[in-house]
Amino acid sequence: MIETFYETLRRQGITRRSFLKFCSLTATSLGLGSAFAPRIAHALETKPRTPVIWLHGLECTCCSESFIRSAHPLAKDVVLSMLSLDYDDTLMAAAGHQAEAILEEIKKKYKGQYILAVEGNPPLNEGGMYCIQSGKPFVEKLKYMAADAKAIISWGSCASWGCVQAAKPNPTQAVPVHKVITDKPIIKVPGCPPIAEVMTGVVTYMLTFDRIPELDRQGRPKMFYGQRIHDKCYRRPHFDAGQFVEEWDDDAARRGYCLYKMGCKGPTTYNACSTTRWNGGVSFPIASGHGCIGCSEEGFWDKGGFYDRLTHIKQFGVEANADKVGGTAAAVAGAAVAAHAAVSAIKRARVNHAEENQGGK
Amino acid sequence: MSLARDSSSYHDMATATGVDEAAVQQAPSIKSMYVYEAPVRLWHWVNALCIVTLAASGYLIGSPLPSMPGEASDSFLFGYIRFAHFAAAYILAVGFLVRIYWGFAGNSHAREIFTLPLLTAAYWREVGAMLQWYAFLRPYPNRYVGHNPLARLAMFFGVFLMTLFMLATGFALYGEGAQAGHWSHILFTSWVIPLFGQSQDVHTWHHLGMWAIVLFVIFHVYAAIREDIMGRQSMLSTMISGYRMLKK
Repeated sequence: MIETFYETLRRQGITRRSFLKFCSLTATSLGLGSAFAPRIAHALETKPRTPVIWLHGLECTCCSESFIRSAHPLAKDVVLSMLSLDYDDTLMAAAGHQAEAILEEIKKKYKGQYILAVEGNPPLNEGGMYCIQSGKPFVEKLKYMAADAKAIISWGSCASWGCVQAAKPNPTQAVPVHKVITDKPIIKVPGCPPIAEVMTGVVTYMLTFDRIPELDRQGRPKMFYGQRIHDKCYRRPHFDAGQFVEEWDDDAARRGYCLYKMGCKGPTTYNACSTTRWNGGVSFPIASGHGCIGCSEEGFWDKGGFYDRLTHIKQFGVEANADKVGGTAAAVAGAAVAAHAAVSAIKRARVNHAEENQGGK
Repeated sequence: MSLARDSSSYHDMATATGVDEAAVQQAPSIKSMYVYEAPVRLWHWVNALCIVTLAASGYLIGSPLPSMPGEASDSFLFGYIRFAHFAAAYILAVGFLVRIYWGFAGNSHAREIFTLPLLTAAYWREVGAMLQWYAFLRPYPNRYVGHNPLARLAMFFGVFLMTLFMLATGFALYGEGAQAGHWSHILFTSWVIPLFGQSQDVHTWHHLGMWAIVLFVIFHVYAAIREDIMGRQSMLSTMISGYRMLKK
């Protein structure tokens, strides 16, 4: 018999008072309202913990780093105890055959019930040999474990979109998880890394309500990725006023003006940074004076400089933004029209001249 | 007053009043026909104004003006620039819908920009003839009542398809700010953003679309003026009065 979350918490010395505080905090941070706090508490008291297998492909472990910093005092303890985190090769104590045996056990014992969390992604080139785990390509391990999973969480931009290891020319042919696993529900939690509270929030939702959160068309939970950074940015009044930072360390930068001209991708990035913020709500990039780089958006790594407002168009094969491509085309067209007009005028003058001469004769 | 006057005083009167019936009697008559009905002409000029506003405000959205001084609450410059863009876009969109309706309700020339007779060999021969005319390989173009076949090709891609593209990408971006639930979010944002991958790409392609329209405008204005001078039918006045006059 697996312990319930509540039993696990009590065993670890967490008081009922703290537990209930966590429940109301979770209800609030999920935007569910205070009425849901008792329901969360009830779920945690009665439901057995869902086994979670956490795999690591090609990645930098920043998702794990973010996750373990989930800020609210209890969240870290609770979530690590809430999940029955049975396998996570960067966190678990077990190693070697002992560790790999757990995968087999969970796959058999909890067929169709466990959640597969994937951090990083599988490289496909040369049979997947760019990421070998326990003697096998990671892509095989991923497919093997995904086959009996209930749902898959794609942690971070690697698993969701490909991220930097999939950047042009992508020598390892790294692909996001949904390119390899097509028959399971996939929850994308993009970001490089995703916000800790977003990660724990998604997991809490899934365990509490026993269903996956409502997703947008690109597979991201709407509650965290439904709005842009820009929509909740505290520098938005400067944007509307037309007050922009023109260069780093100018007066406008010191006054905290909008970073739009410095290439801030807040207007094109769906994430919760400007609401939830980072490191326990301390700050987020824009509040620290740096534009958003759009790390939770697909292909953010392949669009030229992070500090460009107009980003590159790789379809044109050269590093050029829309104004360079369009402006050049317009200049060429203008020159062509001018030349054509000149030739037309000369030609017409000649014809008229010839007609006049004929008329004279 | 009697018309029986000596010719010198008649000419004096004509220069003074502009009334010169005799000159009218002698002048060659030019054939003209009514091609562009009032809704088409009105749409053309409203659309042109919208495009100028949209291109100018759109360029400034991509490359904003220098910062405003003072407190943020003192100015709303970028907000107004964006408002001008959105307002012109709404007018353009409504105009486009009315124009499509008029494509059904109006005369046959009102339909020309929405369709192409792709399978008619004669059409492509005339396109070739127009290309030859522009390549100085023909002394005169043929006479066309509606759009010439090359112009029709340009209208179909440069006006019809480009407007569709700009409306779809533009309202997709507008819907991002208008948020989920807004009609523009439901109709456009929900599928256009995933189709392109992400919002920044939609911005980039929307911006490129502006330049495509700038190209169209360059060619359109040049061709219209050139045809008016060198071609065999009136162009500029036709879009004002609706009457097309055929020369020799």
